[in-house]
Amino acid sequence: MEIDRKMVEYVAELSKLRLTEPEKELMQQDLSKVLQYMDILNSLPTNEVEPLTHVSGVENVFREDVAQPSFAREKILQNALAAEEGCFKVPQTVE
Amino acid sequence: MSGYKNTGYEVVIGLEVHVELNTATKIFCNCSTEFGAAPNTHVCPVCSGMPGVLPVLNKGVLQRAVAVGLATNCTITQKCKFDRKNYFYPDLPKAFQTSQLYLPICRNGYLEIATAEGAKKVRIHEIHMEEDAGKLNHEAQSGSTLIDFNRCGVPLLEIVSEPDMTCADDVLAYLEKLKSTLEYLNVSDCKMQEGSMRADVNLSVRRVGDAELGTRTETKNMNSFKAIARAIEYEIFRQIELLEDGGQVLQETRRWDDERGVGYAMRSKENAHDYRYFPEPDLAPINISDEWLEEIRGTIPELPDQKQARYVADYKLSDYDAAQLTRYRKLAEIFESAVQLGAAPKEAANLLIGDCLRLLNAEGKEAADLTFEPKNLAELLKLVAAGTINKTTAKAVFELIYADNIDPVAYVKENGLEMVSDDGALDAMIDEVIAANPKSVADYQGGKKAALGFLVGQIMKASKGKADAGKVNAKLREKLD
Amino acid sequence: MIQYETAAALRQACIDGQTTAQAQTEAYLAQIAKYDGVYHCYNTLNEKAAEQAAAVDAKLAAGEIAGPLAGVPVAIKDNLATQEMTTTCSSKILEGFISPYDATVVQKLQAAGAIILGKTNMDEFAMGSTTETSYTGATKNPWNAGHVPGGSSGGSAAAVAAGEAPLALGSDTGGSIRQPCAYCGLTGIKPTYGAVSRYGLLAYGSSLDQIGPMAYTVEDCANLLQVIAGYDEKDSTSTQGLSFDFTNALQNDDLRGKKLGLPKNYLGEGLDPEIEQAVRAACEQLAALGAEIVEFEMPMIEYAVPAYYIIACAEASSNLSRYDGIKYGYHPESFADLEDLYLTARSQGFGPEVKRRIMLGTFALSSGYYDAYYQKALKVRALIKQKFDKAFAEYDAIVSPVAPTTAPKLNESLSDPLAMYLSDIYTVSVNLVGIPAVSLPCGFSAAGLPIGMQLLGRNFAEEGLVNLAQAYQMHTDWHAKRPVLKEAE
Repeated sequence: MEIDRKMVEYVAELSKLRLTEPEKELMQQDLSKVLQYMDILNSLPTNEVEPLTHVSGVENVFREDVAQPSFAREKILQNALAAEEGCFKVPQTVE
Repeated sequence: MSGYKNTGYEVVIGLEVHVELNTATKIFCNCSTEFGAAPNTHVCPVCSGMPGVLPVLNKGVLQRAVAVGLATNCTITQKCKFDRKNYFYPDLPKAFQTSQLYLPICRNGYLEIATAEGAKKVRIHEIHMEEDAGKLNHEAQSGSTLIDFNRCGVPLLEIVSEPDMTCADDVLAYLEKLKSTLEYLNVSDCKMQEGSMRADVNLSVRRVGDAELGTRTETKNMNSFKAIARAIEYEIFRQIELLEDGGQVLQETRRWDDERGVGYAMRSKENAHDYRYFPEPDLAPINISDEWLEEIRGTIPELPDQKQARYVADYKLSDYDAAQLTRYRKLAEIFESAVQLGAAPKEAANLLIGDCLRLLNAEGKEAADLTFEPKNLAELLKLVAAGTINKTTAKAVFELIYADNIDPVAYVKENGLEMVSDDGALDAMIDEVIAANPKSVADYQGGKKAALGFLVGQIMKASKGKADAGKVNAKLREKLD
Repeated sequence: MIQYETAAALRQACIDGQTTAQAQTEAYLAQIAKYDGVYHCYNTLNEKAAEQAAAVDAKLAAGEIAGPLAGVPVAIKDNLATQEMTTTCSSKILEGFISPYDATVVQKLQAAGAIILGKTNMDEFAMGSTTETSYTGATKNPWNAGHVPGGSSGGSAAAVAAGEAPLALGSDTGGSIRQPCAYCGLTGIKPTYGAVSRYGLLAYGSSLDQIGPMAYTVEDCANLLQVIAGYDEKDSTSTQGLSFDFTNALQNDDLRGKKLGLPKNYLGEGLDPEIEQAVRAACEQLAALGAEIVEFEMPMIEYAVPAYYIIACAEASSNLSRYDGIKYGYHPESFADLEDLYLTARSQGFGPEVKRRIMLGTFALSSGYYDAYYQKALKVRALIKQKFDKAFAEYDAIVSPVAPTTAPKLNESLSDPLAMYLSDIYTVSVNLVGIPAVSLPCGFSAAGLPIGMQLLGRNFAEEGLVNLAQAYQMHTDWHAKRPVLKEAE
């Protein structure tokens, strides 16, 4: 299918990507081209087919409910943008 | 006029209840779920969403979810999967919540609640497993938001009801029943104050007789049953007034401010909620065999409704008393133990319902917080039955059992609380009171029967509460009539 | 000269006392110092490599470790989490990221006594077929520095081809081990999905990704795979009870009784004739060793690329959402508020190809399009699996080209994304259905660029595939060819 500028903007918003006008233009062209090619899938009847989500066939993989030591806090915070009082710090979010 | 409180409107309410499960570890990693630790100390690469990590499902979460489903009459989805719910928020480090959309673990159940119009079923649409998010603290000195991932990955059940409730009382009855069921199953602490049980209220109103449902709002952020009731009342009348004034109800998410007693709309995100759910590729599908299902079924204890019926049948308790006792697992446990140790069922029920619940209520505590031994309650009631102490003394001693788990036999003895059983001593006390209160005696003999009560009171006082009030009454009449 | 020796030869030289782990590690570091300026195989080097090699020497002397990787240097792709070096996926958004933990494969390598030389360049987040989408710049093909090494594990492939490492780990989501091996004249294995733990592999397409070995010979690949394969309690999708033993597979060149399918519709139009010729010649060689080669029709290949890109991009759009500038990696210098932080970090941190795939995947999952794209792709995936199941009921393995062409020139591929995606036609089916495949050299083009072929097998048929490849390599010497390198000016 062909996608319009509005769709590009909507998907960019969902993806948290800020695109410049030329980027939007190029994205619209590229995605339209790729999606048009993908429409080939519509030629395959699949009504009776179960979607294949997991290829390995492995089922029922569980962990016993036994606590283990957590990580040192410095390790978790070592790459943070900013940290304060042992927490990751971000600009204030308004509820 | 008819409808809700004669407004001409009827109310439709459905609930989404989140409960934190009481597993030792998080849903997808081995970090502890313990409450109240220093920020980010119960965190590992998995629950903080570090690049490259993978989840592994905690077996205890699945077992609890299945038990809850069975106890709420649901169909268990024996082949189920997890899905990712994608959205950006700083409390969600992976930017997706691992949850269940397409194949939730439980579907099509119900709970029965008692209402003024009799028993009623509230249907459960589904129950699914998911992970909790982290905690945002907006009150930092720096004016920033601070993120703590300790709660991130704590297992949750989301229990979604059908819109089968029509007033705040229905909602409270449903929540009480749900809470006691979860307590009986021992799967959650269900503490609203600590956030281990949270309810979102979906509510709409419509004119009586309208076929279509009205536009609904979702109210969040109530941290007690009382707050839920208030928020519901508020929202019902807000919607009715809005409609009466020719306005429209907007589909929105609202928060409840219990201190001010008002609800308000949350700033709506411009983005429509497009969560792009898809099956979680990193978790293996679940396939619960019939045998395993039966094994879990076998672990489900007697539930509140069954217990209530048994108390009525076996102990000849009233429906009301049986319902009160079985509301809280801990209370029922104490009751049954005390009876087993020789307490009279009716007397035990009276103390537990009348005194124990009152004391808990005054302290803002829950039955689960009770610490005294049933043995002490049983001993106390045996003292009453044997005529060793009277009921007034029993109530006073029970307060001490409640607070400090004292041994009532020793306490009564040490403090000389036994009833005055020596007739000579009692007669002397009665004579003294008669002599000291000629006016009351004259009143009584002149036909003012109420004066007798005053005299009995004086005699009880003289005995320091240790006399048998019935006996005092009888003797007094004998002397005056 | 140590460079260009196989890992097996290096290990033997150590055992024979001709060299030490430390000496060979230093020799590789010297080769890297000399040539990496030209080929740019590595993003980061392990500064402690020589020191760690000395420690391994001590353990070897004390008899504490043995095994085929003890003391052998290895390069690993920069999407494997390491505590001692940055892990960047060749993306600006992971600039400076130091993982708080090691990937399971990294732990296994260290336990086996391998010396990690460094982190190799790749297409950004493994999204690409040329290693040109890397934020750190393109890797060059050691056979011709004007050409790409393939991708996305292009840095790993070029490192081995250039003698900057005897062995490497790559990851394969849609051909990212096999195609660079073909372009660089190497052998590589894409293991069965679930054979190797993905814990610590920075995810691209979670249901498709597998880590695998890249080397000169299938013997080296098998030895490396044996070390890294097996169940990991940290990866729910890894296979319990799995352990490979390639001992027999590596000693046997008798292919009698083996039936190999050659999909005739993979050949012909769209395939470089030189490659078809090489693959057919390889089939003759396999036939000469006793295998029966049967040409057959392998349906649905035209649906594999669209289904693959929908699934891979959908998963990627979710997997890459965690990169937000808050917890790790690139942090924008200034931002107005939280929303601006998200947008700025992601818009500045991701390159164009990654953005394109995030957008494509987000679209495929978005409300109103899920059924038509994502769900449809999963159904097509199920159909493709049925076709492979049917083929493997008939054949022990399928012989196929790896790529339609030899390595393209630099700067030719990125301008047309669709054309680039279509070049993955021979490789993506393997990932969609989870089966293993071995890519191995089978000739050279007239221009002197390597040509590869691949052997596809049913789930967990790695031993059988290794046996086929080993038999082939026992009787051919394509895998023994080495390029003439260009020195830095």
